[in-house]
Amino acid sequence: MLFYIFAALAILSGAYMVLTRNLLYAGFSLLLTLLSIAAIYVLLFADFVAVTQLMVYVGGVLVLILFGIMLSSRVHDKSVMSENTNVGWGVTISMLTLIGLSYTIWQAGFSSLPWIQQGDTNVLAGQKSTVQLIGIKLMTDFVLPFEIASLLLLIALMGAAYIATEKQNV
Amino acid sequence: MLTEIPLEHILLLSAALFTIGILAVITKRHAVVVLMGIELIFNAANLNLVAFSRHDPQLLQGQLFSLFVILVAAAEAAVALAIVLKVYQHFKTANLNEIISKEG
Repeated sequence: MLFYIFAALAILSGAYMVLTRNLLYAGFSLLLTLLSIAAIYVLLFADFVAVTQLMVYVGGVLVLILFGIMLSSRVHDKSVMSENTNVGWGVTISMLTLIGLSYTIWQAGFSSLPWIQQGDTNVLAGQKSTVQLIGIKLMTDFVLPFEIASLLLLIALMGAAYIATEKQNV
Repeated sequence: MLTEIPLEHILLLSAALFTIGILAVITKRHAVVVLMGIELIFNAANLNLVAFSRHDPQLLQGQLFSLFVILVAAAEAAVALAIVLKVYQHFKTANLNEIISKEG
C-alpha cells in the first residue's frame, strides 16, 4: 500500500508542477516528486539507486535548478511567473501519449512473460543490500562505462564552468 | 513480499510521469521549467529500468543502467543551466518565445 501512496504523491506533485505558474512552487513540487520516486526505489529493492537519487537529484540537480530560477528571473516584477503557450497542443499530445502508453502496457501483458515470472525472487540473492553486488559489477562488467562516466563528468564540470564565466564576451 | 507491487502499476506510474514531463516541456515557456520537465522524463525512464531490474535473471543490470542515466542527467543539468544563465545574460530574459522573437 505504501507504493500507491508514494505513486499518488509523485503524480500529484508532478501535476502541480505543471499547473502552477510560480517557478519556485514548481521547483519545490519537483522536489516532492523526486523524493517520492526515491521512496519507490526503496520499495523496489534498489537501495543504492535510491540513495543516489537523493544525493544527485535532490542534493545536486534540484539545487542547481533553484539557483537557475533565482538567477534567471527578476523577483520584483512578474517574471518569477511562467506563462503557458501551446496549451491545446500540449494537452492533446500528452493525452495521446498517456493513452497510447497505457493501452500498450495493458495489452503487452508483461507479467506473463516467462523471464519475468522466473527471475522474480532472486534479486537480492540472499544479501541484505545491493551495494556489494553493484560495486562488484561496476568494477568488472561495467568498468568501461564507469571510466567513461568519470571522463564525462569532468568534461561537463569544465564546460559548465567555462560557459558560465562572467567576463568573456560570447 | 517481493511480488506485491504488480509490474504494470509501476509502468503506468512511469507513463504518467513521462506524460507530465512532456506536458511541461511543451506548454511551459520558461527555460528552467522545460529543464524540469526533462528531468521528470529521465525519472520516468529510470523507474522503468529499476522495475524491470527486479526480475532480471542476471542481477541488477537495470539498476546499473539507471545509475548511469542519473549521472548523465546530472551532467546535462549542469551544462544546460549554465547555458540558460548565459542566454539570460545575453537576452535579458529566459522566456523561450521572447528569445526566439528577439533573435529572428
